[in-house]
Amino acid sequence: MTVKDWFEQRKEMQIARRDKETRIDDSVGNLWVKCYHCNAQLLKKEVEDNMEVCPKCGYHFRINARTRINQLFDEGTFEELFGNITTADPLEFSDTESYKKRVTAARAKTNMNEAVISGVGEIEGELTAAAVMDFEFMGGSMGSVVGEKVTLAMEEALKREIPMIAVTASGGARMQESILSLMQMAKTSCAVAKLNEAGLLYITVLTEPTFGGVTASFAMLGDIIIAEKDARIGFAGRRVIEQTIRQSLPADFQTASYLMKYGQIDMISDRAGLKPMLAKIIRLHKKKKS
Amino acid sequence: MAILEFEKPIVEIQKKIQELKEISESSGMDVTAEIETFEKQALEYKKEVYANLTPAQRLQIARHADRPTFLDYVKLMTTDFMEMHGDREGMDDRAIIGGIAKIEDCSVVIIGTQKGKNTKENLTYNFGMPQPQGYRKALRLFNHANKFNMPIVTLIDTPGAYPGIKAEETAQGTAIAVNLREMAKLNVPVIAVITGEGCSGGALGLAVADRVYMLEHSYYTVISPEGCASILWRDASMAGTAAESLKITSEDLLKFGIIDGIVKEPLGGAHCDYEKMANDLKETIMRAIYELRDVNSKTLRNDRYNKYRRMGVFCQ
Repeated sequence: MTVKDWFEQRKEMQIARRDKETRIDDSVGNLWVKCYHCNAQLLKKEVEDNMEVCPKCGYHFRINARTRINQLFDEGTFEELFGNITTADPLEFSDTESYKKRVTAARAKTNMNEAVISGVGEIEGELTAAAVMDFEFMGGSMGSVVGEKVTLAMEEALKREIPMIAVTASGGARMQESILSLMQMAKTSCAVAKLNEAGLLYITVLTEPTFGGVTASFAMLGDIIIAEKDARIGFAGRRVIEQTIRQSLPADFQTASYLMKYGQIDMISDRAGLKPMLAKIIRLHKKKKS
Repeated sequence: MAILEFEKPIVEIQKKIQELKEISESSGMDVTAEIETFEKQALEYKKEVYANLTPAQRLQIARHADRPTFLDYVKLMTTDFMEMHGDREGMDDRAIIGGIAKIEDCSVVIIGTQKGKNTKENLTYNFGMPQPQGYRKALRLFNHANKFNMPIVTLIDTPGAYPGIKAEETAQGTAIAVNLREMAKLNVPVIAVITGEGCSGGALGLAVADRVYMLEHSYYTVISPEGCASILWRDASMAGTAAESLKITSEDLLKFGIIDGIVKEPLGGAHCDYEKMANDLKETIMRAIYELRDVNSKTLRNDRYNKYRRMGVFCQ
């Protein structure tokens, strides 16, 4: 290894560590967790009761799809749909591990079928269709199943003439399904065109992190785009940009407030404010029955 | 002309044949029969080499420095091309070029990503990597075509949308997403051709179309093999393996039902015979235009929607 390589590797490791720092470190035992952001030792229960937000510094930790659904929808109203759609392996893809094995492992880890849950539910009594992504399932990557289930949720909104909400959390398209993943960007965006034509409200909630093919398709097509506090959102990943332009990036690069500054999103919400905000938007757009 | 590794033996044989010709001329010896045999053998060998290229080797053809660019095709396939510049919002991205032109008797809007053939040109065209403003310019031209009922032809050869600070600030993701959505709404035929590199969202942003074709040695993928290798294998040198695993060749995509056809390239690749390549491509495009131009706009939109709606493979 040359000195140059050593420096490169060291940099890579630093970046990898920084990427990890948005999660809770639960290695300190079952009762206690550590906030990566302010280093506070916190009671796990205390964090859970606070919607997975650090009670000390207010940092918003990543949450999975089920937790998100519980936080957003009125208790007992969410009905999951299309849960029977599961991953195939059309390319018989294998890298250092086969795709099949990776999917099996992700299922075991998350107790989810895939990286999105679609369904309908009520937000402060307002019935909406929804697709909620889960970053823990293979980085929330969009393959055929995610594309299909997001599209089906939009079609459910069309059928019932109700608003549609997409909550995104994704590293981008799923490489293991190659071109089929890329086509999910087209499929979901075409479905948004249908929502537009039908005059139905489509809200997107961008959460930590939303990148790549999801950003470049249904995530950024909301009639109203909300970013959750502390979310990072972008097209190209930080590392790719750094390697391309060979200069360091601003500290707030690709944060929710950065996107707000550049006119890319409508509003930013903290976790507690998200549900009332969605309900308010839906009510404001309600058409009077004629 | 840049010579690829697997082209070297072919070039070597051709050199030998040339030498033989010169010798026969200077010495007056008649070796026509021998030369003919050699040439036949050389051709057979070449055919065999090109029929058995690995995805990684074909990647080299797709990225060949002399591969015909968008402007080459415009020059060879169209008449009366008039470039329409700019996104009307402050920028004229040179990585995406478009305008109005005639292909045979048909007025079209033709748009494509442009690459350079040398460093200077590549700096001008940003190596064919568009900024968001390029996609917005393309959208403006799509709408122009829609308004004046002209078919749209897009030619795509890009390593991807540009990853940079300015691109993120001016909403690269949004620019592509909006094109995907708006292309779904177009009332005119859209014909897209991957002519070289069809990399990721940067390519798709011009390729939601009624007919999508690929040149034989072009590739179309969700991520570059290099990018995929460095993420999944954590080793960029595994790009060749990644190229195979990602199934990026024109034959793979035809098999998956993603594209509608393959345009054969001249033996040795598109760069070996610009005229023939452009002519064959033009024929394919014209055939598609004739097929689509009398279809009413509602059917066209529905068919386009259903085509993408069906894409994806999963268990149920």
